Amino acid sequence: MEHHDDDDDCERMTPSRRAVLGAAGALFGWSFVPKFAHAAAGSRDPRFLLVVLRGALDGLSAVPPIGDPDYAGLREGIALAKDGPEAALPLDGFFYLHPAMPNLARLYREGRAAIVHATATGYRERSHFDGQDVLESGQSGPGSTEDGWLNRLIASLPAGEGISRKGVLGVGVVPPLVVRGRAPVLGWAPPRMARAGIDLTTRLADLYGQRDPGLAMALQQAIETEGLARRSGMAEPRGGGGPDTADGMRRIAEGVAGLVGADDGPRIAALAFEGWDTHANEGGAKGRLANLLGGLDGAFAALEQGLAPVWKDTVVMVATEFGRTAAVNGTVGTDHGTGTVAFLVGGAVKGGRMITDWPGLKPGQLYQSRDLAPTTDIRTVAKGVVADLFGLSGPVLAEKVFPGTGELRPMQGLVV
Amino acid sequence: MAEPDDLKAGAAALQRFGLGPKPGQGEAMRRQARDRLLAEIDFGIVAQPQGVPFSGAAEIGKALYAFEDDEKREREAKRASAQQPAQGMQVANAAQPADAQPAAPQNQMTPPRKAANEPALPYRTYREEVKARVDLALAAETGFAERLVMFWSNHFCVGATKSNMSRIMAGTYEREAIRPHVFGRFEEMLVAAESHPAMLDFLDNRQSIGPNSPAGRRRGRGLNENLAREIMELHTLGVSGGYSQADVTNLARIITGWTVVGREGVLGFPGSFAFNAGLHEPGATPLLGRSYDQPGRAQGVAALTDLARHPATSRFIATKLARHFVADDPPTELVELLARTFRESGGDLPAVYRALIGSDAAWTAPASKIRTPQEFLLASYRALGRQPDFGQIAGPLATMGQPFWQPSGPNGYADSNAAWASAEGIKTRIDVAAGWGRQAANAVPDPRGLSEDVLGPLLSSETRQAVARAESRSQALALLLMSPEFQRR
Repeated sequence: MEHHDDDDDCERMTPSRRAVLGAAGALFGWSFVPKFAHAAAGSRDPRFLLVVLRGALDGLSAVPPIGDPDYAGLREGIALAKDGPEAALPLDGFFYLHPAMPNLARLYREGRAAIVHATATGYRERSHFDGQDVLESGQSGPGSTEDGWLNRLIASLPAGEGISRKGVLGVGVVPPLVVRGRAPVLGWAPPRMARAGIDLTTRLADLYGQRDPGLAMALQQAIETEGLARRSGMAEPRGGGGPDTADGMRRIAEGVAGLVGADDGPRIAALAFEGWDTHANEGGAKGRLANLLGGLDGAFAALEQGLAPVWKDTVVMVATEFGRTAAVNGTVGTDHGTGTVAFLVGGAVKGGRMITDWPGLKPGQLYQSRDLAPTTDIRTVAKGVVADLFGLSGPVLAEKVFPGTGELRPMQGLVV
Repeated sequence: MAEPDDLKAGAAALQRFGLGPKPGQGEAMRRQARDRLLAEIDFGIVAQPQGVPFSGAAEIGKALYAFEDDEKREREAKRASAQQPAQGMQVANAAQPADAQPAAPQNQMTPPRKAANEPALPYRTYREEVKARVDLALAAETGFAERLVMFWSNHFCVGATKSNMSRIMAGTYEREAIRPHVFGRFEEMLVAAESHPAMLDFLDNRQSIGPNSPAGRRRGRGLNENLAREIMELHTLGVSGGYSQADVTNLARIITGWTVVGREGVLGFPGSFAFNAGLHEPGATPLLGRSYDQPGRAQGVAALTDLARHPATSRFIATKLARHFVADDPPTELVELLARTFRESGGDLPAVYRALIGSDAAWTAPASKIRTPQEFLLASYRALGRQPDFGQIAGPLATMGQPFWQPSGPNGYADSNAAWASAEGIKTRIDVAAGWGRQAANAVPDPRGLSEDVLGPLLSSETRQAVARAESRSQALALLLMSPEFQRR
């Protein structure tokens, strides 16, 4: 407030403004408390990132089961091959990886990536939006969108612990449902224009503090994240592609790595990449889906690099709302399906392996004679990862984080 | 004489149902708010944007195909000179199949590069359509009809970044499929939307082929169920409206043949809608317990008409309208009232709007909803009296996450505070408002007077004080635009 104005009131700081600044200061203050070992998870200071692929990723193209005798026939012109000029990348001799994903192939070889195949949530209809709501709310069915499972996860961690105080980061101007809820949510999006000065922001924080608790809360969280981004020295490049372009995915991944990698940054984050709804002209080794998979692969590289100091304690989980039809449709694409793949990537992943109970692709083996049948519930994977990373117990996971899932046991041994 | 309470209710209603006041509209408008809104419904016609480059889809189609042919010739010429510099021989055309679409990145709109700094035709057309529709919204008296256009355009949304066709036609789509039916019957808008070339392109139906149609048997290609699913899930019944996967596939069969005329113009004007019997799945097809055996296009129209009249549709539309105009969790009685009115009037939209405007709930509910970025932009430019150019429209909207006709999926843009009043969302708005304040500072001599003018009885003493104490005119304007009274409706 260095300005001068002929309005004699302007220099006075009202109590409510002080209160807002005070609260923000307290939030920053926590971050400077030296970190100590977390009792629950040994000496690890874990990082967990959830990447939601909106639009339903075609798991049979991303991780083609070329060893399955029925694969090539179902996929016709978009089937991938294990040899030739655009060969898929070998995984375990039965499954291959899309040739647009060399980074993921390397991480897999190094034992830092695991791939879950024939997986799905508990949702069995084919609406994108309900499917995403189920994936993100962590509820057993659609219709509950008040809060997401990562927010409830944070809320379930011991009060006062560093992880819960730092909140959960939701990337995007519109935060993903999976982070929404009562626990603190930090927001960030790749900046696209000059930011307003601190003075205007402070005055609005003051006004909202007096008039509008909802806006006051949102602004306070934004102020906190911005301070964090500045302290961790993040550059602010502007413009560029959206979350459905390789460029946009990389920039988002770099930004998230900067925030999550910071000493006082959030330990848990969620982001979304878009554009996976490949109904027509999906492409094979090259084309629309290949471009997107290349973008995701680039995001893996950006995360690995940006999170290098904490990579050994990091798990990145990539999931999508459901898969696509096993057979190619009438327009050289695929329609909404069921089973698909999920990726676990990071230094803390016990990787180098496919995790699947492969159902086969014969007509009788497909779900409703059309989709890859889901044999692994994605929630057992999510539960297994967060149980090991954050030391959450089975009952907490089954009641709070993923309510009503007592019968779904956390998958063991996913984390090193 | 209007009581102070009436003035305040009128001011709130103009924000809730309209696009916010322009300077000088003031008290007279507030006193007559209800009558003005009802008069717009009675008038029954939505204005059309002026000065757009093409009048309709058919004119656009011709220009688009010519543009694509030019591009192709250029590419081939380049390839030829690169491959065989010494010879004049033609290089064999290794082009893609005729219906292959260029892979356009969704969700962003980088103008395709063109030699002389001139963006390509599809983007140029998009640009002028956006400008024209914003001019209209800024000129409108209350903006109620424009808000209805925005609501329906988002309900039946197309995405301008899918292809050249969807980009060049997004504005035409709103002009041809939405605006003429905003004060008509729902089923008319439904048929207009689902049969518009922009929608048939956006949700892939133009390529869908009945497996037993002549073309299906000949080429061995088949159905694409994208549009059929979204018609039921997003446009009519709603996701829990009681349909099955079999219904989705059957509706896809019913609307095979609903396509876009190709560049040869065999079935009509290139780029316009056509029913192509050669692609249509023959025979009677069941849907939701009824059998549809009408010939040709009539089969699809009959199915859509029944979907429009389905009770689930009335509930779905009523809920969306009440959620949009009143509250994220709208009062149950209001939803029931609108649904009943929709059903009993046979989907007569003016009757539904009158029920909404006439209901107490719509007038007494607190202003809880934050304006969407588009509403915020239009209300701000109206309040500031500015005529923005395209960049001043597209830039802020892209930053705030709601450019025209570019939702990330066919469900359109979100309509809730959880989506728009997020931490990052508010921060971004402040950045945008700071920029607008700087741009308008010279044109608005008295921000305090402007605050009284556009917020009237809604202006709180705290906001009045914040504006008065601002360090500069530009900051004062930013504070006005970001005040809770301006942000919420």
